[in-house]
Amino acid sequence: MKEEIIIAGFGGQGVMSMGQLLAFAGMKQGKEVSWLPSYGPEQRGGTANVSVVISDSKVGSPIIDSPTTVILLNNPSFEKFEKKVVPGGNILTNGDLVNLPCKRNDISLFSIQATTIAEKLGNHRVAGMVILGAFIEKTGILSKESLVEALLHVLGKEKQHLIPVNIAALESGMEMVL
Amino acid sequence: MGKVLMKGNEVIGEAAILAGCHYFFGYPITPQSELVAYMAKRLPEVKGLFLQAESEVSAINMVYGASSAGVRVMTSSSSPGFSLKQEGISYLAAANLPAVIVNIARGGPGLGNIQPSQSDYFQVTKGGGHGDYYTPVLAPSTLQEIVDLTQEAFRIADQYRTPVILLGDGMLGQMMEPVEFLKTDNQIVIDKEWATTGTKGDGSPKTITSLDLNDVKLEERNCKLQEKYKLIRRNEIKVDTYLMEDAEMAIVAYGTVARICQSAIDRVRDEGMKIGLIRPISLWPYPTDVIASYCERLNKIVVVEMSAGQMVEDVRLSVEGKVPISFYGRTGGIIPTVEELVEQFQMHGNGVLR
Repeated sequence: MKEEIIIAGFGGQGVMSMGQLLAFAGMKQGKEVSWLPSYGPEQRGGTANVSVVISDSKVGSPIIDSPTTVILLNNPSFEKFEKKVVPGGNILTNGDLVNLPCKRNDISLFSIQATTIAEKLGNHRVAGMVILGAFIEKTGILSKESLVEALLHVLGKEKQHLIPVNIAALESGMEMVL
Repeated sequence: MGKVLMKGNEVIGEAAILAGCHYFFGYPITPQSELVAYMAKRLPEVKGLFLQAESEVSAINMVYGASSAGVRVMTSSSSPGFSLKQEGISYLAAANLPAVIVNIARGGPGLGNIQPSQSDYFQVTKGGGHGDYYTPVLAPSTLQEIVDLTQEAFRIADQYRTPVILLGDGMLGQMMEPVEFLKTDNQIVIDKEWATTGTKGDGSPKTITSLDLNDVKLEERNCKLQEKYKLIRRNEIKVDTYLMEDAEMAIVAYGTVARICQSAIDRVRDEGMKIGLIRPISLWPYPTDVIASYCERLNKIVVVEMSAGQMVEDVRLSVEGKVPISFYGRTGGIIPTVEELVEQFQMHGNGVLR
């Protein structure tokens, strides 16, 4: 089993952190993983993307030409990465922020109102977790438990109070693709 | 400790500390700045010394000073900054001083850009600075290999009293992979009786210098250096191969691009092409004999680099015309894609194998 994921959006939306959570969870689940940021001369508000490979066998190239899943958090990213997904692959978007029509009919599109859901849960910053929930439910590559373990690690001791809302976001996302 | 997820630049720092390196002098430059930042945070925790120099030139000369005092010491930079260190590296080589110098290379020439590149190959493998000298060069292709080779670099540096280069690129520096910090056998016991740590009144002062105004003495010094290089060539060659057992076509690539080649090789193997990878790990000394040993079975060699073609010259010297060699390279900080390499391998395979 192998998932090649590109997450893209504006700088500051948590693109790198979402990728890091997936890579960390994959490692904890005993999988081979790689995490590669786009680190060109970026500016605040510019687009950023990260490539994450989660695989049962060793990761050769950490660079992804044809992702199996893309998670897109703004329109420019959608325009750039929609066409790169392998046939049969997944496009997950934050439907509150991406409103372009999808030109592909050979992929599965999940437009999730992640910001709306996150706000209902009381913290708009967990929108990313909603989408990650949808991702793990759809692909089955990672368990909810390992993603929670990754969260515990990434948030550290001072931010443990944010765990429940993150888990709630994860679960809401999982329900979105059932 | 188990596996941890870290950036390549940070992995170099932690592996150096594991090897007993408690002194680091550096200057920030993308894409290696995380290493400088990591050492700034970590070295005080192990009672080491981190110092940000005012330039790359002063950093390498601080390394000269610390090494003269007999400690394990490291500096790092990226291509343009690494060029600035060349005078100091030549001095270290001439004065027989051990040190580890990291180059997380980026696109050149000139100021270039901050994307990954392998276009510093000539500079690191053919001396780099002035005078007749070489530096051993280790080129990891995974973050786990960085853990081993960083420690190995310190072992080689101490054992032969020579500066050693650890060569990576922006991709290896910036990416994260799980690594485990396992200690290698890098702590060979070496009495650095030459270190200038004071005579304690025994009346036998030690001198470390690279200056020798007497021509006969300077030639003697050169001969000794060449003897040392002969020994390193005999003992310190490292190379990895992948699916070479039945290969009729060989790809030669190192570092980052070797990983991409491996993915492409897996794909064309599925189509039945007998293709394998020779991956030099020590770029100097170069695994000439290992490459030569495959010549009889090979119809074709393709060298892939993120440069306009530098290592390909060493492959030609290894093969001595016995096998046709093609080159494929990308420059400017572009990493070739798996698809692009699959196409290249198929093209060369069709021309030669059938």
